[in-house]
Amino acid sequence: MSQEIISEIHLTLFSDIKYLEVVQSVSDSFSSLAGLEGEDAYWVGLSIREAVTNAILHGNKDDSSAPVKLSFRQASDKLIVTVKDQGEGVDESKIPDPLNPDNLLKPGGRGIFLVKSFMDNVFFNTPEEGGNELVMEKFFKEGVKK
Amino acid sequence: MKIETRTVNGVTILDVSGKITLAEGSADIRKSVRALLDAGRTNILLNLGDVKYIDSSGIGELVSSFTTVTNKGGKLKLLNLTLKLRELLAITKLLTVFESFDNEDEAVKSFS
Repeated sequence: MSQEIISEIHLTLFSDIKYLEVVQSVSDSFSSLAGLEGEDAYWVGLSIREAVTNAILHGNKDDSSAPVKLSFRQASDKLIVTVKDQGEGVDESKIPDPLNPDNLLKPGGRGIFLVKSFMDNVFFNTPEEGGNELVMEKFFKEGVKK
Repeated sequence: MKIETRTVNGVTILDVSGKITLAEGSADIRKSVRALLDAGRTNILLNLGDVKYIDSSGIGELVSSFTTVTNKGGKLKLLNLTLKLRELLAITKLLTVFESFDNEDEAVKSFS
């Protein structure tokens, strides 16, 4: 995956939901700097928030000492956000479909679904150094990129 | 998040404002609803017009509240969905589950 990165920000936080507002602020600021606006910026922010919530609660099992590492990258045509936790990885085939009638009234299980609904590309990586990484990409609409 | 309670023609209306997120204590809605059920108030209308932000945890709390009230033989309906919340409920197919209204009078009348 070689592409020119115009700007990037890295953020590391301990696993505590109190940092979600910080993540949201950084996400909103970076989206704005990258030229992402309006609805797109809003849903990207929600997607990142959902990804970090999952990393804290499921990946790091709410262990406050376990770090969550985020990177925000701006390429010429898209925003690329990665969220890395210390978990063992995700078997996507085992993620229940929240739209299945059997799952519709379950209180949880919609986080990754929302991420996939609002981002253009979403995939999981298992880095060599361990942990689990979720990569999310959002393409800029024509004329928005800088 | 702030929740204020009032009653109109036997329907308990919860005026919810602020953010319904994990970090902001989204479970407060479920707790408020359970307290109403314990007090025998089973017709509940959630006014979400002043909700500024909601995440999947908040959506889950709405679902939990709905199933809790339904299992007790009551009714829980939604009032004044914001465009963002309506979109979230649409893509999660929950608009097919919740009865929602844009007019309070109509919503209150629907319980009778």
